[in-house]
Amino acid sequence: MNDITFLQQYWWFLVSLLGALLVFLMFVQGGQSLIWTLGRTEEQRRMLLLATGRKWELTFTTLVTFGGAFFASFPLFYSTSFGGAYWVWVAILLCFVIQAVSYEFQLRRGNVLGTTTYRIFLLLNGILGPLLIGTAVGTFFTGAEFVVDKAAVASPAMPVISYWVTPWHGLEAVLVPQNLLLGLSVLLLTRVLACLYFQGCMADETLRENCRRRLRIESALFLLFFLSWLVCWLLSTGFAYTPDSGVVHMEPYKYLHNLLEMPGVAALLLIGVLMVLGGMAGGIWGQRRSFWLAGPGSVLAVLALLLCAGWNNTAYYPSVASLQSSLTIANSSSSLFTLKTMTIVSFIIPLVLAYIAWAWRALDRDPITAEETKDEH
Amino acid sequence: MDAIDSSLVDWSRAQFALTAMYHWLFVPLTLGLGVVMAIMETLYVRTGREFWKQTAKFWMKLFGINFAMGVATGIILEFEFGTNWSNYSWFVGDIFGAPLAIEGILAFFMESTFIAVMYFGWNKVSKRAHLASTWLTIIGATISAWWILVANAWMQHPVGMEFNPDTVRNEMVDFAAVAFSPVAVVKFCHTVSSSWVLGAVFVVGVSCWYLLRGRHREFALSSIRVAAWFGLFAALITAHTGHQSGRDIAMYQPMKLAAAEGLYEGGTEQALVLGGLLRPGADWTAASGDDRFLLKVEMPYALSYLATHDLQGYVPGIRNLLEGGYKLPDDSVALSAEEMMKRGRMAIDALAQYRAAADAETKATALATLEENFPWFGYGYLKSPGELVPPVPLTFYSFRIMVVLGGYFIALFAGLLLLGQRVTRWKWAQLAVVLTIPLAWLASQAGWVVAEVGRQPWSIQGLLPNVAAISKLDVGSVQTTFFIFLILFTLLLVAELGIMGKAIAAGPETDQTSA
Ligand code: HEM
Repeated sequence: MNDITFLQQYWWFLVSLLGALLVFLMFVQGGQSLIWTLGRTEEQRRMLLLATGRKWELTFTTLVTFGGAFFASFPLFYSTSFGGAYWVWVAILLCFVIQAVSYEFQLRRGNVLGTTTYRIFLLLNGILGPLLIGTAVGTFFTGAEFVVDKAAVASPAMPVISYWVTPWHGLEAVLVPQNLLLGLSVLLLTRVLACLYFQGCMADETLRENCRRRLRIESALFLLFFLSWLVCWLLSTGFAYTPDSGVVHMEPYKYLHNLLEMPGVAALLLIGVLMVLGGMAGGIWGQRRSFWLAGPGSVLAVLALLLCAGWNNTAYYPSVASLQSSLTIANSSSSLFTLKTMTIVSFIIPLVLAYIAWAWRALDRDPITAEETKDEH
Repeated sequence: MDAIDSSLVDWSRAQFALTAMYHWLFVPLTLGLGVVMAIMETLYVRTGREFWKQTAKFWMKLFGINFAMGVATGIILEFEFGTNWSNYSWFVGDIFGAPLAIEGILAFFMESTFIAVMYFGWNKVSKRAHLASTWLTIIGATISAWWILVANAWMQHPVGMEFNPDTVRNEMVDFAAVAFSPVAVVKFCHTVSSSWVLGAVFVVGVSCWYLLRGRHREFALSSIRVAAWFGLFAALITAHTGHQSGRDIAMYQPMKLAAAEGLYEGGTEQALVLGGLLRPGADWTAASGDDRFLLKVEMPYALSYLATHDLQGYVPGIRNLLEGGYKLPDDSVALSAEEMMKRGRMAIDALAQYRAAADAETKATALATLEENFPWFGYGYLKSPGELVPPVPLTFYSFRIMVVLGGYFIALFAGLLLLGQRVTRWKWAQLAVVLTIPLAWLASQAGWVVAEVGRQPWSIQGLLPNVAAISKLDVGSVQTTFFIFLILFTLLLVAELGIMGKAIAAGPETDQTSA
């Protein structure tokens, strides 16, 4: 526990795990983006929203905790990225603000904006949330436009240590095809997961059939985008650093090397991707429990990708504006003391997972029926 | 060299104030109403009466509408430290990040998991498991308040850290000192108990509205009985912890106390201003000036007693704090603002030398100077002593509003308990209670104004002023997001009020059952 390098790796693992869980739980967003596609009648739409409505807060909380955990363990990322890529993060936050009220407000009397508006909010959150988060994560591999200069603290006129060099403040990331490919892949993955989730929890036969049909299209598109991204990623030149000096340099095929040098991570990725594929195939086949294959599969795959971003002497938040400003888990982490304290706190996570699992099972035991949408809580 | 645009600081502050104040419209109701609804459900489980179940369900419905808004406005705050206060996030992130992360892990998951069981689990889990879920929802929310108030208390009174010149930030060295700082304990107790007051005022207010309308009599009387007891208890704790907060600021933030009291010239045997009118436009930073009060009502010796627990105790005023020269409790002599700023600049210069130094000797000398002057580091960013004075009228009036209302709420709850059933006969009393609802929000917001405006110009008391805490953005970006948040939150607030209004008008479903 007194080895800061170990704790940096451990916290990168935890942050990556939270990120991976977030992508999985964004099946809620995927579901919202499909309300009108899958739900042909008002009754069906209500059932769909009831199903995601029981889960949205979990996704939301995971996002918030992801932010908090990143702040506590790698504060330099928090200050550099949020303060710099301002517009991307503000856009993401706004998407989540409008989501937070919509489930509660959509069917209530006196809601001023009307049911459809709140559903459009959910649709926007469903599409833009995963798309923007995926695109932002894309910059972990392609780099962002910032400069960090800690010495600035000693100049009273301009003491800010990190700043962005483009006036677009993060929006420029959308113009990088590789980022966009990742964003679209995340969006499509959440839609695939949503179809699988609905297949599992709906009592309604036609609705399940709608999901099954939709799944074919979504899966095909997902594979197209994800495999394209994967190929780009494996062939790309990555950002590596020398552990002793901390000097960052470019390394051809860095992420491919990471997989070869960390066979465990490569195995996670492979198993994860196979599970997602298996889940998709199962769902298309009509298997109702496939969500529980593809969901955990997506956690493993995303976890592996994020580990490749930060482990094995890789700069996880590279700067294309100033290479040596790039953030690594070594130069951006909290102090040994804070990491240790937080590590002790992290031992409580299994308990948290346990009660989440209990609640999940308790609420999802019986399939959702049209009847249920009528009793308002 | 470019410099920080002062309007960037102002707009960043305005945005934080806007989002925090919006968030704080919903959080205290969550904390207060949450306990009320959990008590109602406990009564249901203990008595088995359907009436209590419907009563609990009604308050839960209002809780849910409000909760959604708390969540919507809260996510912005979680990330705003990064988006708009990025330098702050680096400079103290090593300490400040931890409570935020712990809040997520320990509290938010508890809240969000069990709230789903509370709403969707009536027929899916046992009665007792449901009750436990309701309590865990509100306990989760309260734990979350604990951690965020630990973070806020740390900004008022930073403890448990050391500056590291190599990483150029403050690093935590004592977690317990941060997490269980006495300032945090008081702040938590005052904030949570005052939120209970707000929740109780809301419940008695809505109940009296039904009485006025001649509807849901049994429901209203039962709700009033529970909420008035709860509210009285909470209001007494609020007054007590408010008094302790006063001691805290006297000790750690004397400038805030001076501003809240409108105390320009301090001394021994100081009187507490019970109420007063400040001279509009008075300059509180000037070296001298006319009497800054148009009129005031005072309680002799009370301020000295409050601040020092001694009727003769010395309380510095704004002028004394700027000029220094008085004796501090540890018998040292207070420095003037000029002197502190000078030492602060020495610390900052020493940091620059330390980082630039090529040889070990220069480094060691620079480090020694830095360490010697570090207590005043933040003062080195200030340009004039006047910056150290927070906006006095705003702090002064807000403080009075909060305290006066605190007294009124105690009287209100006690009165309702004394009246008992008779309240059904007194229409004017019912109306007064209904009209009290907004006053609870006024008191609560005023409390935060005292705490936060009174801390100016500091982001972290004595350590980091706002100018050194912000993100380097163009003012236009921050202005744009300010207005986006303003419009969006206002729109959602209007919708929320609309829904609340309809839900209250529809009323509880207790009439089919009997009390
Ligand atoms: C009854 C007499 C009261 C006294 C003597 C009192 C005193 C104080 C003081 C001195 C502060 C500033 C603490 C700081 O800056 O660190 C404060 C803050 C605050 N007060 Fe009060 N207060 C009283 C009643 C109330 C009431 C009735 C409410 C609301 C219903 C309330 C809500 C708050 C809030 C929300 C804060 C900000 C959080 C904090 O700093 O604790 N107070 N109060």
